[in-house]
Amino acid sequence: MSFSDVPTIEAVKLTKQYGPFTAVSDLNLKIEGAKCVGFLGPNGAGKTTTLKMFTDLIRASSGEALINGINVHTHKKAALASVASIIETPEIYPSLTPREALTMIAEYRGVPAAEIKKRIEESVAEVHMSEWIDKRVGKFSKGMKQRICIASTLISDPCILLLDEPTNGLDPRGMSEVREIVKSLKGKKRLIFMSSHLLSEVSEICDEVAMIDHGKLLVYDTISNVTSKFSGGANMVEVELQRPIDPQLVTQRIAKLSSVVSAEQTNDTNLRIRFSGGLDVQARLLSDLVKMNIGVISYRVAASELEDVYLNLIKETV
Amino acid sequence: MNETETISDNKVPSSMAQVGISMRYTFLEYIRSRRFLIVLIITLLIAALLTIIVAWRRPEGFLVSNLGFYSSWWGLSVTFVIILTGIFFGGDAISGEFQNKTGYFGIPNPVRRSSIYVGKWLSAFLAATAILVVYMAITIANGVYYSATITGFGSGLPIQFVYSLLYAWFYLAAVMGVAFFFSSMFKSSSISILVTVILLLFGFSLISELVSDLVGIEPWFVLTYGAGIIGNILQSPYPPAKTVTTTPFGHGRTFTTTTFAASVPQGLAIIGVYFIVTTILGLLLFERKEFT
Repeated sequence: MSFSDVPTIEAVKLTKQYGPFTAVSDLNLKIEGAKCVGFLGPNGAGKTTTLKMFTDLIRASSGEALINGINVHTHKKAALASVASIIETPEIYPSLTPREALTMIAEYRGVPAAEIKKRIEESVAEVHMSEWIDKRVGKFSKGMKQRICIASTLISDPCILLLDEPTNGLDPRGMSEVREIVKSLKGKKRLIFMSSHLLSEVSEICDEVAMIDHGKLLVYDTISNVTSKFSGGANMVEVELQRPIDPQLVTQRIAKLSSVVSAEQTNDTNLRIRFSGGLDVQARLLSDLVKMNIGVISYRVAASELEDVYLNLIKETV
Repeated sequence: MNETETISDNKVPSSMAQVGISMRYTFLEYIRSRRFLIVLIITLLIAALLTIIVAWRRPEGFLVSNLGFYSSWWGLSVTFVIILTGIFFGGDAISGEFQNKTGYFGIPNPVRRSSIYVGKWLSAFLAATAILVVYMAITIANGVYYSATITGFGSGLPIQFVYSLLYAWFYLAAVMGVAFFFSSMFKSSSISILVTVILLLFGFSLISELVSDLVGIEPWFVLTYGAGIIGNILQSPYPPAKTVTTTPFGHGRTFTTTTFAASVPQGLAIIGVYFIVTTILGLLLFERKEFT
């Protein structure tokens, strides 16, 4: 698998039943290309179960979990060769050091022997655990172990990452660092499929979102399309500025830009702009704002919009 | 991180090579763990206790002959040491992957579960072998001392002891198979260890005695019966296949017990069947077990 091929994960009528309880029901979902997709749903919706079927931790009752077109259950080694994952909160053998545990994973994954040391040191440095690299894992806190697990996903340069609530157990700084790592991986043309309870996290990191409840897929689309589709055709972006903005500029110029429905100033340096349209409009709006030379330092789909959509969709299925 | 745009330089090793990887790191975990230290201490205590008893009390059975020494020392105690190591290293080898969630670190990689299972099995077997070697060394050291210095009946190792060693090692494989089987059956470490302890320490012996002594049926289906060859080979002559003992207990009534002794081929067959069947069944269970 090389990056000239398009990384793909696909669920085909994927179903998982535990006796009479259906955890995942007839899930059809195809995600392809280098992007980050957030996987949202309430507790017990089937997110982790789905990710476990993609990593051979559990078997599907029916249907198929395909990675780059290869069935995970029947051809596990080939399917998972290009995948790294963190499912739930993995534990590492307590008597091993991070260096040893990561060497084990690197060897399993076939990282060339000459590169293992360098890659491990780089990935451990990326999660800020270098000074602990030769200490035994048994003494680590939950957050430290989670960082080592994140480092384990980096050592083999996988083209697909499956992350089940990767910031779970981390302190705020750790959460922020993990988000930065995931963002940097996006830049390296990976397909990242990430479940999360944190809607702000998803809207900050992800390009697309898949929502699931009661084991059924509710929606899969770009975040802007989802928010647009389920919020009366309007999307909202949050804009952060480097310096305070003149309120008149907001009401007289920004609010009157093409496709803008409304613009409000939430404080001196933050705006909330509601617009109608999809990604094209969103991109044009950013371009217009930059041309105004108002010092745009951040521009993203408003988390509250995603939250509204999420709450509406989940409510509908209850 | 490496900025390379491909992962083509990563070639997933063969399943056999991955067995070696699994074995290496699990073995490292075993020998550094507290449990290794505990088993080693228990084994040394057993050896120390026997050393003290023999040195102090000079039991006749130990000092009657070279073979008698090994029969009394090794023949009576090694099966307990083997069961102990099997329980400590195999009792939760697989169930621990579920309960402690270490499986979540290894399983979602391009590696077959069978490679992980076999690697873990081999590492547990190696760790247990290391303990067995320590016990064997102490046995031989005592044997050489009493044989040469005290009784003067020669310091050479009886060939029967070498056979007994090999049978013990083979029995260890079967015990490990049983331990891994129960470890694969349960997700709770404590339950899998408990079931293995009950069966290996008490269950098999109880069944064996009940069916042979009371019913008079040869317990050819019991692992510990097959393991009897480890001690029996050290007896001269080799015990008869069947011994019927009639004990009077008043008013003309008698109580008859039957004792069976497995022949060497029979014992090896029993141990071999247990080793193969339990190891394979354990593997199949692990293959099907879900990380829910």
